[in-house]
Amino acid sequence: MSVALRARLTALGLITPLVAFLVVFFFWPLATMMMASVTDGTVRGVMPETAAALSGWDGNTPPSPEMQQALVADLRKPVDQLAFGDAVRRLNSELSGFRSLMSHTTSAVRDAPEGQALDLATVDPRWSETKYWLAVKHAMPLYTDRYLLAAADLERDAAGNIAAVDAGASANRQIMLRTFLIAATVTVLCALIGLPYALIAASATGWVRALLLIAVLLPLWTSLLVRTAAWFILLQNEGLINEALKAIGLISEPLPLIFNRTGVVIAMTHVLLPFMVLPIYSGLLTIPANLMPAAASLGASRLKAFRYVLLPLAFPGLMSGSLLVFMVALGYYITPALVGGPNDQMISSVIAFFATGTANWGMAGALGLILLAVTTVLYLVYGRLSRSPTMVGT
Amino acid sequence: MAGKTSPALRAAQIVFGLAVVFFLLAPIIAILPLAFNSSVFLNYPIETFSSRWFGELQNNEVWRRSIVNSLIIGSGATIVATVLGTLAALGLRSSHLPFANAIRTTFLMPMVVPAVVLGVGMQMLYGRLGLANSYLGVIVAHAVLCIPFVIVSVSGSLIAMDPWLERAASSLGATPLNVFRRVTLPIIMPGMLTGAVFAFATSLDEVVLTLFVAGPNQRTLARQMFASIRENISPAVAAAAFLMIVGTLCVAGLVGFMRWQRQRALRLQPA
Repeated sequence: MSVALRARLTALGLITPLVAFLVVFFFWPLATMMMASVTDGTVRGVMPETAAALSGWDGNTPPSPEMQQALVADLRKPVDQLAFGDAVRRLNSELSGFRSLMSHTTSAVRDAPEGQALDLATVDPRWSETKYWLAVKHAMPLYTDRYLLAAADLERDAAGNIAAVDAGASANRQIMLRTFLIAATVTVLCALIGLPYALIAASATGWVRALLLIAVLLPLWTSLLVRTAAWFILLQNEGLINEALKAIGLISEPLPLIFNRTGVVIAMTHVLLPFMVLPIYSGLLTIPANLMPAAASLGASRLKAFRYVLLPLAFPGLMSGSLLVFMVALGYYITPALVGGPNDQMISSVIAFFATGTANWGMAGALGLILLAVTTVLYLVYGRLSRSPTMVGT
Repeated sequence: MAGKTSPALRAAQIVFGLAVVFFLLAPIIAILPLAFNSSVFLNYPIETFSSRWFGELQNNEVWRRSIVNSLIIGSGATIVATVLGTLAALGLRSSHLPFANAIRTTFLMPMVVPAVVLGVGMQMLYGRLGLANSYLGVIVAHAVLCIPFVIVSVSGSLIAMDPWLERAASSLGATPLNVFRRVTLPIIMPGMLTGAVFAFATSLDEVVLTLFVAGPNQRTLARQMFASIRENISPAVAAAAFLMIVGTLCVAGLVGFMRWQRQRALRLQPA
C-alpha cells in the first residue's frame, strides 16, 4: 500500500464517523422535512382500497359501484381517529362539505349490517355527484405540489391550472416579504453602525482597541436568550429606557418599544452587530499601516484617501458581514417571539406554528424548504466571498 | 491609519465609539442587578437586595430540574461533538483527502441552517426512530449544532502546528498512535478545550431544537427561561441569566488562563 493511499484512507477513516452522524441526524431530518412538503399520504393512508379503485377512473364517467364499495370497505375498517380527522380535513380543503358528508357516511356505514352492499347515493345524494369523487381522487396522489404552491399563496384550480389563492385566505407572501424586510433593515443598521465602529477599532491602539473589541466579543459570548431577556426588560413600558426618557422630560407617555417592529429591530441589531463588526475589522487589520500615509504623501486629501483607499479595502469585510447578518436574521425565531408582536413574526414562527400548533407537516415542510434553499444559497455565496466560513468570534 | 486627525473628527469618533460600546454592553449589565431584586416584578427599581430568586431556582422543582437537565444534555452534547469534531478536523487536515474544502463547508452547515427548519425535520424523524422525548434525542440534536464550533477551533490549532514535529517523531520510531498521543494531542488540546467550551455554551443556550425534540422531562434551562419570559415573566429569569453570564465569564477566563499558562510554559522550556 503506497504512503499516499494509506494517508488518504486514514483521513477518510477520521471523517467517516462525523459523516455518518451528520447523514443520520442532520441530512436525514432535512430530507424528511423536504419529503413532507411534497408528499400527501393522509387520505391515501386511511382509504387504501378507495385509492386503488379510483386509480382506474377517468373522472368523466359516473362513479362506479366498485368505487362505492371500496369506500364502504375502507370506512368499515377501524381507523386511527387522528389520522381519519386529518384525512377529512384534507378532503374538506379540496371541496368544502366533506366534513358533514364524511361523518354522515361513516355513521351510516358503521350502522349498516356487515357484508351487505350499501348504496352510498341513498346515504347521501352527494355521492352520486362526480365532483365529490373527483375531489377524493385529487387528494389521492402520493406526490403533490399543493404545499409548495400554498407556501407561495398559490393553488391549483378545478382545471388543474396554477392560480393565486383568494386575497386574505393566506398570508405567506406577506410573511416572506416581512421576513425579508426585517432582515434587510437589521442588515442595513448593522452596516451603518458596524462599518464606522470597525474603522475606529482598527485605527485605535492599546487599551482603547481592547475595550472596543471586548465590547463586541462579550455580547457574542453571552447567551442569545439572556440578551433577548435583557432587551425585554429594557424595552417594556415601565422599562429603563422609557423611565429614563420620562425622567429627563423628553416624553410623558411611554414610547411603545416592545411587542412591535421597533423592539424586534433594536434587539436583533444588538444580537447580530458582532457578526458585522468582526469580518470588517479582521479585513482592515490586513491593510498595511502605511497605506494611508502613502496616499496622503501622494497628495490625496483625507476624504479622498478614505474614499479611494480605505473604503474599497473594507468592502470585502462589509460584504461578508452583511451576508452573514442577513442570512442569520432570515431564520430568527426567538427574538421576534419574545419582543415582537403578532405582526412582527417571521417565517420561522410560521413554520413552528404549522409544525407544533396544527401538525400541518406539509406546510411546515414547504415553508421550511423555501427558507432552507435561500439560506443555503446565501451560505454558498458567503463561502466564496470569505476565505474562512466561520462564525466563531475568535 | 496614522496621521493627523482633526479634533472635530476625533471627538465624533470618541462619541460614536462610546455610544456603540454602551449599546452593546448596557443591556447585559442592566439585567445583572435584577437577579438580586426582592420584587416579584422583573423590573427596576430595585426594592431591596435579596437572594430569593436564586433560592427559587434551587427550590422550585421546575427550575431545579431544568438546570440539571441542561448540565446532563450539555455534557453529553459536548462529549459527542468534541470527539466527532476533533476526529473530523484531523481528517480534514490531510492533503490527501479529496474535496477537503467541500467537505469542510458541509460540516459547517449546521451553523447556518435555520434551527426551526432542522427542528421540524428532527421532530418528524424522531417520531419514526423512537427518539422523541428522550435525553439521547436532545443530546444528539444539540451535538449537531455544536460540532462546527469544535471543528473550527481544533482546525485552528492544527494550522498553527508545525507538521515536521509529527514527521520527526515517527522518523525516530514512534508508532502512529504514540505520535498522536505524545505529539499531536498535547498540541491540539487547547483547541479542543476551546471547542468544547463553545460546544457547551451552544448547548446551554439552545432553545429552538429543544422546543421541537424535547419532552417535558427534558426541559432545559434555556427552554424554561424562554417559557418564563413568554408566559409568566418571573425575576427567576434574571437570576438564571446572572448564572449564565457569570458561568460564561468564568469558563472563558479559565480557558484564557490555561492557554496563557501553556504558552508561558512553552516559552520557558529550554531550547
